[in-house]
Amino acid sequence: MWTYLARRLVQALITLLIITILCFILTRLSADPMAQYATSQHMSAADREALRHRLGLDQPLPVQYLRWLGLAVQGELGNSFFSKQPVSLMITQRLPLTLVLMVTAEITTLATALLLGIISAVKQYSFLDNLITTFSFIGYSMPIFFIALGLILIFAVKFKQMGWPYMPTGADIWDPKDLGQLARHMVLPVSALVIITTANYSRFIRSSVLEVLGMDYVRTARAKGLTERAVLYKHALRNAALPFVTIVGLDIPYLLGGALVTESVFAWPGMGRLFWEYAQRGDFPVVLGVLLIVSTAVVLFTIITDMAYTLVDPRIRLG
Amino acid sequence: MSSDTSNLSGISTLKAESIATALTPGQLIWRRFRKHRMALAGGIGIALLLLFIIIGSIIIPLKKANAVDLKAHLSPPSAEHWFGTDSTGRDSFSRIIYGGQISLIVGILAVVLAVSLGTVIGGVAAYYGSWVDALLMRFTEAMLSIPSLFLLIVLGKFLGKDVQTINIFGLSFSGSVGIVIVVIGLTSWMYLGRIVRANVLSLKEMDYISAAKSLGASNSRIFFSHLVPNTLGIIIVSATLGLAGAILSEAYVSFLGLGVQPPTASWGNMLTSAQSFIQRGAWWMWVFPSLFIIFTILSINLMGDGMRDAFDPHSSRHM
Repeated sequence: MWTYLARRLVQALITLLIITILCFILTRLSADPMAQYATSQHMSAADREALRHRLGLDQPLPVQYLRWLGLAVQGELGNSFFSKQPVSLMITQRLPLTLVLMVTAEITTLATALLLGIISAVKQYSFLDNLITTFSFIGYSMPIFFIALGLILIFAVKFKQMGWPYMPTGADIWDPKDLGQLARHMVLPVSALVIITTANYSRFIRSSVLEVLGMDYVRTARAKGLTERAVLYKHALRNAALPFVTIVGLDIPYLLGGALVTESVFAWPGMGRLFWEYAQRGDFPVVLGVLLIVSTAVVLFTIITDMAYTLVDPRIRLG
Repeated sequence: MSSDTSNLSGISTLKAESIATALTPGQLIWRRFRKHRMALAGGIGIALLLLFIIIGSIIIPLKKANAVDLKAHLSPPSAEHWFGTDSTGRDSFSRIIYGGQISLIVGILAVVLAVSLGTVIGGVAAYYGSWVDALLMRFTEAMLSIPSLFLLIVLGKFLGKDVQTINIFGLSFSGSVGIVIVVIGLTSWMYLGRIVRANVLSLKEMDYISAAKSLGASNSRIFFSHLVPNTLGIIIVSATLGLAGAILSEAYVSFLGLGVQPPTASWGNMLTSAQSFIQRGAWWMWVFPSLFIIFTILSINLMGDGMRDAFDPHSSRHM
């Protein structure tokens, strides 16, 4: 167990190193951070060179990488070129709003998907199952911006035209600290996220429950005269939940990164939008900071999920 | 192979025929695929879509799709413009046809790139083992740990620095089409790479491979007549499902404005402007490209699911 964990951690470190090199090269070389000053009248070519030198952008790439990495390991992610603020501060400002949005969506999704998936599996091939399966298949094939724009069209634009109470689109100015406003602005983006992710999860739960229901021990439980209720809740669902632990565990770190497209469409001031706005400007310290935090979380949660799985499933032995 | 026996237990209708005549693996796959009604529906859906795009592009010239008519901008569907017009008065129906061409071409070429990369990387890792395997797998893991949309954006910015117009066969395309293909291809080979690696690793240990070796079969014979045919099914299935993913990725990056650049139409970039005009109630700009994306992805996913069951000799579900 401990040697296994140690090996996984060493592998994770190497993976993280590759991630940082990859991200550094891609973001550092994708745009010239000085380009925004090229047309500035307040800055001569000599000033630009001086600034480039002061920011260390004139040094060889490996030196720049090692300097960035050295600071990043200490939690120092540098300053944004555009807003001049420390990247870590910008991220901690955006993180709560992203988590509020994503955690609400994730919990709602889990509840809905569990309900739909279990109904679907228990009443296999019934009308309800066919309906749920069809909708989850369509939802699974749908880009999220279709739902997002559709919700805006119906609940914001059309409802407003009809003179009904309507939902805000996020394009207005609002204060996230006001809980009423926060809740109102969350309805549409959370709905969009829930519809898309539920489709995916419920398909998975359905097949997982179906597989367990076909097992011999479930037949034994029925044969010894247990009620269908006891068979389902005490025997089947517990085991069907096992693979689901993995899926959810692996999804948790992605909550940190927010939902880039949803946040952009609804102008939600979260991590995804932070990344997208600063990626467009070529502001590499911010982009690199977000990438580093999210991918580190992904790498760590992969290990945590694997370990958790061995705890809940005694059949698995780590070698 | 065990495929015959597992079918016998599962499908009563096949029983008599299977005993009477031994079927080749190809015939068995086709039989299982044909029995899968949803998969067949998906196949028909794709055929209809291809017909629509091919006949459409013969009847309607590309010029019409790109012709700007400011007087007719934002007009709702009418006899003249079946799907309405966009913000510069371009005919949406013609753009759907040519956008479909671009979306499908991007999807197919990106999948070809991803499948080649995945097969080579997975195959090389499994074949050489030791540190080559370790390094390639850490690299694969690193790529998988970066959220895919973030990776698409970073790579898109990296490769999309200078975009030129390409002229092929007298048609001019925005060079962004080529870049989108490369970006999607480079970011979607990882799962297949892992599957190919695992498959080759387990095949290497199979008795019939040892048998072939002890009979004196050459490396190339083992590779081409044992390893390749036994991995091909997996590759074909994940290429099909990957096509759905690639078309969806194109839609996402183009929707964000990073992908295919206007005037060249793609289903994704037709929706970019829909985002701002939906507030004014221009529902047709949103609904038509979205429906085509969903129809395409749904058809491909249905077909891919059917193919997965058909290629899996142990599968007797859904029939």
